[in-house]
Amino acid sequence: MAAPGTASLLRASAASSCRWLLAAFRGAAGRPGGGGGGVVSGSVAVRTPGRFFGVSARARLSSEDKVTVHFINRDGDKLTAEGKVGDSLLDVVVDKNLDIDGFGACEGTLACSTCHLIFEDHIFEKLDAITDEEMDMLDLAYGLTETSRLGCQICLKKFMNNMTVRVPEAVADARQSIDMSKNS
Amino acid sequence: MGSSCGRVCWEWASRLRRLTGFSRLLSTAALAPQICVVGSGPAGFYTAQHLLKHHRLAQVDIYEKLPVPFGLVRFGVAPDHPEVKNVINTFTQTAHSDRCSYYGNVTIGKDVTVKELQRAYHAVVLSYGAEDNRILGIPGENLSGVYSARAFVGWYNGLPENRDLKPDLSSETAVVMGQGNVALDVARVLLSPLDILKKTDITEGSLAAIACSKVKRVWLVGRRGPLQVAFTIKELREMINLPGTRPLLDPADFTGLGDVIKDVPRPRKRLTELMVKSALEKPGEREASRWASATKEWGLKFRCSPLEVLPAADGKQARGIRMAVTRLEGSGESARAVPTGEVEELECGLILSSIGYRSLPLDSSIPFDPKLGIIPNSLGRVQGAPGLYCSGWVKRGPTGVIITTMNDSFDTAQSVLEDLQSGLLKLSNSKEGFKSVRSILHSRGVHPVTFSDWEKIDAAEVARGKLAGKPREKLVDPREMLQLIGH
Repeated sequence: MAAPGTASLLRASAASSCRWLLAAFRGAAGRPGGGGGGVVSGSVAVRTPGRFFGVSARARLSSEDKVTVHFINRDGDKLTAEGKVGDSLLDVVVDKNLDIDGFGACEGTLACSTCHLIFEDHIFEKLDAITDEEMDMLDLAYGLTETSRLGCQICLKKFMNNMTVRVPEAVADARQSIDMSKNS
Repeated sequence: MGSSCGRVCWEWASRLRRLTGFSRLLSTAALAPQICVVGSGPAGFYTAQHLLKHHRLAQVDIYEKLPVPFGLVRFGVAPDHPEVKNVINTFTQTAHSDRCSYYGNVTIGKDVTVKELQRAYHAVVLSYGAEDNRILGIPGENLSGVYSARAFVGWYNGLPENRDLKPDLSSETAVVMGQGNVALDVARVLLSPLDILKKTDITEGSLAAIACSKVKRVWLVGRRGPLQVAFTIKELREMINLPGTRPLLDPADFTGLGDVIKDVPRPRKRLTELMVKSALEKPGEREASRWASATKEWGLKFRCSPLEVLPAADGKQARGIRMAVTRLEGSGESARAVPTGEVEELECGLILSSIGYRSLPLDSSIPFDPKLGIIPNSLGRVQGAPGLYCSGWVKRGPTGVIITTMNDSFDTAQSVLEDLQSGLLKLSNSKEGFKSVRSILHSRGVHPVTFSDWEKIDAAEVARGKLAGKPREKLVDPREMLQLIGH
């Protein structure tokens, strides 16, 4: 039984294509908060599947379009995954089923801050400008730093290859986390 | 010969492996912790999720008073915030785990006692939230036209107990006492263009009532000043940008704040800057024209503490509110509002008190702090009650956004896992879990609603919504829900 996390389910409900989300967001930007209807539809918002193009199209993507990202998880473990240019970091976590507790609760709709990631200085400086709406959600993030961004808003580019992003510590107390899923 | 021996040996070894595997399975099955969670809102589901993920054998049963799950995600989150409701996808996945069961329509404390749950489970997690609200405690609070924001939210979100609220929306001015996110939610729902609301999962009854609403001005009143507002910036920005409305902000309230906030933490700083900007700066062209053509308005009123709801001539209907003007003693989050002796009256026929939700004790055997409105606990362990835990609002009080509840629920689950590992929770005491609860429920004539029952209700709601161009049309009558699933 797969552990219940957000990841595999997110895949089923079609996680954001960064390009799509941005387009939709721009569309709604003239009237942010205009019912939220511009970004999502349905009581459980499901976004237009940006990844339903065929396998052949995927196969045609050369290794040129691949970007490797290292995630330092809360327990210090390093998770390495590959995504393609244009994918958001949330897409990568979801597609590769990376085991990060509670990541992407609102599924990339800028309604939570659970995909908060901390970037290396030299990468952070080169990221696209941050919107007010992303800043608003970051205000509520745990362990906010000078180089914090939301993973759902950062789309992979070539210069990010081999970058390392850190998942902030979420729990207030620094207890040793127990995992009885492996050795009980 | 050699090869045949090899094959026999291999088969034998494989059979042995299966046998030992089997016996290990038997012994571990006996040691599977039986855990139950009371309440199926975000706190309950996030606690369950963490337990299931980090314990390979734990069985987690989630009990819910209503037939339908998800608590405040269904009944609290505003209908025009569907993004937040995406968490339901993850909760649904949790409920689909073969080690997780959902039992709706079961009221703990009435149908089953906590003591009985503790006999059936190794650990009981209380995450039943805050079902009540704080009251103003002023004369006239019971007049017609005065409602708690909690009831109003329950009404437009289809909470069964509030479905017949029928709020009086015939007055032009509404006053919301309180300046938190719930206050902004109700103001937004009262002022939103119908075209926006009708595409949400707001109930058809409340949509029809709001369509006839005369409300065109909403005041959000706080006892303290702009530096003490409780709402968060996303909700404020949304309000400022709400089509068809303009903000009413008195420049005097915001002048000079720029210097004060230089050293406050970023969230408060950005929130205040947004208010200051909207109140003091000349709006851009688009914004200016939107404000000019707006037919509805909303505003923030500071340093006013409610004294009395004023009755109309008939003595039954509210016609206004009398408030004590206050000044602040101290500064920052801990500033206190002290009456100056001055009094102000505001005419309004609709008054919504939005000064906070409140948890209630489940039964007298469980420790409860009536002053803080929480179950006293340390890291989710209920004080003086081994085997009993709490998470969510009943653990830390009714504040915070989804990530706050998620983290605090993971924390509580972590405490349970620690106690399992340390042996504080003794798995050698075999517990029957739902098996024994089932017989209790059966003997009391209570029929629990399963998750697949809920999925039938869900499908029916979605189908009804589709006809109206909405994501769903909620069933608001529990009897109708139970009828639908053949209970």
